[in-house]
Amino acid sequence: MAGAKQPVRILRNLNAKIAALPMIATALVIFVGCTVWTIVHSFTKSRLLPKLEFVGFDQYERLWSTRRWLISIENLAYYGIGSLVFSLTIGFLLAALLDQKIRFENTFRTIILYPFALSFIVTGLVWQWILNPEFGIQHIVRSLGFESFVFDPLYTPDIVIFGVLIAGLWQGTGFIMVIMLSGLRGIDGEIWKAARIDGIPKWKTYLFIVIPMMRPTFVTALVLISAGIIKVYDLVVAQTNGGPGIASEVPAKYVYDAMFRSQNLGQGFAASTMMLLSVLVVLIPWAYLEFGGRKNGK
Amino acid sequence: MDQLKKILIATSAMGAMSLGSAALAADLEVTHWWTSGGEAAAVAEFAKAFNEKTDHNWVDGAIAGSGGTARPIIISRILGGDPMAATQLNHGRQAEELIEAGLMLDLTDVAEAEGWRDVVHPVSLLDSCTVDGRVYCVPVNIHSWQWLWLSHQAYADAGVDVPTNWSEFVAAAPALEAADKVPLAMGQQGWQTSGAFGVINVAIGGLDLWRKINVDKDAAAAASPEMLEVFQAFAEARSLSSGSNVQDWNLATNMVITGQAGGQIMGDWAQGEFQVAGQTAGEDYTCLPGLGVNEIISTGGDAFYFPKTDDPETTAAQKELASLMLSKEVQVAFNLKKGSLPVRGDVDLQAANDCMRKGLDILAKGNIMPSGDQLLTADTSSQIEDLLVEFWSDTSMTAEMAQERYADIIANAD
Repeated sequence: MAGAKQPVRILRNLNAKIAALPMIATALVIFVGCTVWTIVHSFTKSRLLPKLEFVGFDQYERLWSTRRWLISIENLAYYGIGSLVFSLTIGFLLAALLDQKIRFENTFRTIILYPFALSFIVTGLVWQWILNPEFGIQHIVRSLGFESFVFDPLYTPDIVIFGVLIAGLWQGTGFIMVIMLSGLRGIDGEIWKAARIDGIPKWKTYLFIVIPMMRPTFVTALVLISAGIIKVYDLVVAQTNGGPGIASEVPAKYVYDAMFRSQNLGQGFAASTMMLLSVLVVLIPWAYLEFGGRKNGK
Repeated sequence: MDQLKKILIATSAMGAMSLGSAALAADLEVTHWWTSGGEAAAVAEFAKAFNEKTDHNWVDGAIAGSGGTARPIIISRILGGDPMAATQLNHGRQAEELIEAGLMLDLTDVAEAEGWRDVVHPVSLLDSCTVDGRVYCVPVNIHSWQWLWLSHQAYADAGVDVPTNWSEFVAAAPALEAADKVPLAMGQQGWQTSGAFGVINVAIGGLDLWRKINVDKDAAAAASPEMLEVFQAFAEARSLSSGSNVQDWNLATNMVITGQAGGQIMGDWAQGEFQVAGQTAGEDYTCLPGLGVNEIISTGGDAFYFPKTDDPETTAAQKELASLMLSKEVQVAFNLKKGSLPVRGDVDLQAANDCMRKGLDILAKGNIMPSGDQLLTADTSSQIEDLLVEFWSDTSMTAEMAQERYADIIANAD
């Protein structure tokens, strides 16, 4: 480029930029604009309708002294960690197994991916029945002769969130597996040959060569899973509706209930701002490492 | 050119004609959450009367689930600019802000022309529909929560007499448990828990205490020893209901109908279910207003609101529907199916059964109280509901702990 006349930067690829304008405007107005609007109103005492009567941090104080919100956060943490760990491991294991050039791979892949075609509402209802002690697993095992068998997570407050987690994993893991599988297929066959010639055992090849090479795949999977975690709502509504009691409440449900059931928009906005904040707390350091690091270091 | 003109005239005439016929018979979409057997039969009476007596059509917009599910959908449709023509809501403070924002149709002219103020009894129902002297809704029935429904069969199986009040009910519980029955059926949804609490509150604590807390928002009364008794009775109810894992109220009522459970604390809408099941009050089941302790009934109820539209034809049809809902025949037909009491004192209820007569007697004696919907904001009542739901499912939470948090909510109520 040296010596050539430097074109005005903003005019480069002008057509593409003009074409992107509507999307940029939408993103600014809808995402940024509405987010700012929500945050501003979270400092007001809006009830059913938004009003600009500021009350400082009152809504946040009330939020953090409400037991239901604290339980929601705790549940989200359990659900989130469980969902991340199990989706990634099970998804990867299934993908690795399917990758062994087995027969009927298509059939297996379809079966495992199938739950993903169901909505969370259907998933929740299905698992509500499966986990119902009078009709589901417990009933079946008991009728096989194990009379004292107990398995009723949805009716036990301490573990109900894991009942929800099971349903969530059943629904989402197939999709993660497919992403992992496409990642595995992207690994050059030459690498496998080289590893075999060097006498490296298969599991070591996976762990130290293939997985590091699949970094972009893992990042994609991670983003998809995280988005699913933070917005988990319909699954809980269908499966337990927050019960028993308030043992399986989640933040998104708190927001909805505050806004529409309690008719307290301010409280709902405060809760949704906290949800945004928790996303940013994870996102900003990650984005910094991912993008900032590359510019300086590599 | 002439031909073109003709076509133009013809099309515009056709357009006008189709507009005209649409104006004569408006389709009114009516949303409500009456979906159980008895409720659906009752709402069909409204639809029938409306389709037969007017030129308009009733378009049924039933929303499945309880009011807690339906209300947000209804409110967000009104706020979102896609209002239905009429909708059920519990009157009281739920619709207050919608009215203040000018989203609801003013029915004052209909109300004055027909003298609603003279016919509606008790008149507090109309007051709940009135904001700044203007009427915005039609009360259609009186519902009271304060009923304990008892299964004769369950007590016969257990070999004890059917209780006549709450303490006998508690005393008879061990016999029921020995006969492998659940003493108290209770659906696991929040509104049922908090409703039952309200009933126990008035029955055990008395009306004065209830008034101090819910009307005057007196936190000291909420923390008083009398209120602790209420919480202890509620904790007792919690232990009596263990083993009743159903969700919906009508499934819990069904446990009473089939004799699997001794009783259920539920509003008079449960009566519709007993009727659908072909049971007779006094023979197959007994009802105890105010748990047989304090015979007081609340006079909450359902009301219909009419969101404002720009279309004058729809507005006219809305007003016709409003006046129809309050007419004598429709009131009788509807309330007999629904199991609730009519809002007019001047109708003839020949067909009323034992339980409805009990209710009418109490109403005539004036032993009435306003319902919680009319006093507490949605915000406060859902805070209380959350607390009660948590208490109900978490047996490690004592009555004292619950009372402390309850007093806190009342202190911050507005």
